[in-house]
Amino acid sequence: MAKITFETADGKEQTLEIANGLSVMEGAVKGMVTGIDADCGGACSCATCMVYVSPEWSERLPPQSSDEKAMLEFSPHVAETSRLSCQIKVVDELDGLRVKVPASQH
Amino acid sequence: MAAVESLVVIGAGHAAGQLVACLAQDGFAGAITLVGDEPHPPYQRPPLSKKFLAGEMDADRLYLKPAAFYDKYGAKLLLGRRVTRIDRQARTAVLEDGSQLEYSALVIATGSRPRRLALPGAELDGVFYLRGIDDVMTIRGRFAAGKSLVVVGGGYIGLELAAVAVRQGLRVSVLEQAPRLMARGVGAIVSRFYERLHREEGVVLHTGAAVLGFEGRNAVEHVVCGNDRVVADIVVIGAGAVPNVELAQEAGLTVENGIVVNERCLTGDPAIYAIGDCTNQFHPLFDRRLRFESVHNALEQARMVAAAICGRALPAIQVPWFWSDQYDVKLQMAGLPDKHTESVVRGNPDHGRCFSVFYLADGALIAVEAVNRAADFMMSKVLIAERAHVDRAKLADERVAVKDSRLV
Repeated sequence: MAKITFETADGKEQTLEIANGLSVMEGAVKGMVTGIDADCGGACSCATCMVYVSPEWSERLPPQSSDEKAMLEFSPHVAETSRLSCQIKVVDELDGLRVKVPASQH
Repeated sequence: MAAVESLVVIGAGHAAGQLVACLAQDGFAGAITLVGDEPHPPYQRPPLSKKFLAGEMDADRLYLKPAAFYDKYGAKLLLGRRVTRIDRQARTAVLEDGSQLEYSALVIATGSRPRRLALPGAELDGVFYLRGIDDVMTIRGRFAAGKSLVVVGGGYIGLELAAVAVRQGLRVSVLEQAPRLMARGVGAIVSRFYERLHREEGVVLHTGAAVLGFEGRNAVEHVVCGNDRVVADIVVIGAGAVPNVELAQEAGLTVENGIVVNERCLTGDPAIYAIGDCTNQFHPLFDRRLRFESVHNALEQARMVAAAICGRALPAIQVPWFWSDQYDVKLQMAGLPDKHTESVVRGNPDHGRCFSVFYLADGALIAVEAVNRAADFMMSKVLIAERAHVDRAKLADERVAVKDSRLV
């Protein structure tokens, strides 16, 4: 279980407790975080669950797979700190993670 | 249009679930009732023939939203129930027990169902179709290493199922009527690749196979195919889908390969929308009416209706896209290749598991099929949306990024 805070484009913050084993995306979708579409449901096929992770957290997350890298590279609104939230599995160590959600995934 | 006070949604699938989520986000104030014939709240279907079948994902994770979500937003779920009639005059949906749901707006999200094969023995125990959670639970319960599975139909669902089964140690045969696999979904190069892939993984494939029926005493034992009998402990039929349009048809709405809807998913009745697999809509990118069986379409049309109901601007039309996961191979497709005048291959489809096929019409990119090449897929989506003209030699050259093939 980890408490993860989502900062949406309208400046609002939402903190969710997400169970271990779920992805950050699954937690966000079930918790109704605005701006995470996750059209493919977590298959790393659509790049519509992108979030920005603060640099101090980036290093503590598991590294990107080549698929995630490729999907991100050409997704709109991408930045250096972008990750696909479907590819980040929740573990206790992620407690306190903060991510920013883009205004749009398209 | 006046504010919608009571919204009834017939169907509780992916499109219906997304619609409720969008309306909740938009602060929709009316009452929402979803009627679904399955006993489950809206869930994702794609994992059914993939991770869920493989036992790598619990049912809980299939559900689009937790039960509490529907309570919180005042959406009533009538599950395991069926609408038998739409009374357009009275603006009611009539349930099988005769009870009536009044609506100020109705959304038909009835989806599609597996195409049934009227073959002798199709009713035998052990012969299944795969559409819902319960189907997969039953099929999965029959899986055991060493058992013989015969898949009738070499489309996405049949092949995804074959991939999971063969990895679990079943003896798997796929019988496809057409001369090639996934013939309705992909081009010949990709079909040929998937034939090689499944053979490498140990699946026995027969294309051009004429399945004549099923035999067995108490349960299925053989599939009759031409002059052969193929041993089968389990049979799964994946022979495509047909749209559930009967309710709309009986209500007098226009149906032409799906319920005909306009750009905001409205039918000919200003109080009735339709979304998802059961619809037929003009697509501006392809300049014709189309019916899709895809998650992307279900989600996109749900967003259109939410926007229409809440009086927001319609979302921009996106390039349609699809995907299929089989073994370690991710196939991602965007656009529609059927009107192409030429194709360009990048990478080698005959070796390894990584290549793309691009489809062009009069010099413009109209579709892509990317096998384990997510970057090609992502860049092509952008180019297809722009109807960009592309340089064929650059497209074929793996050293050049796909985006740099754009001609200015």
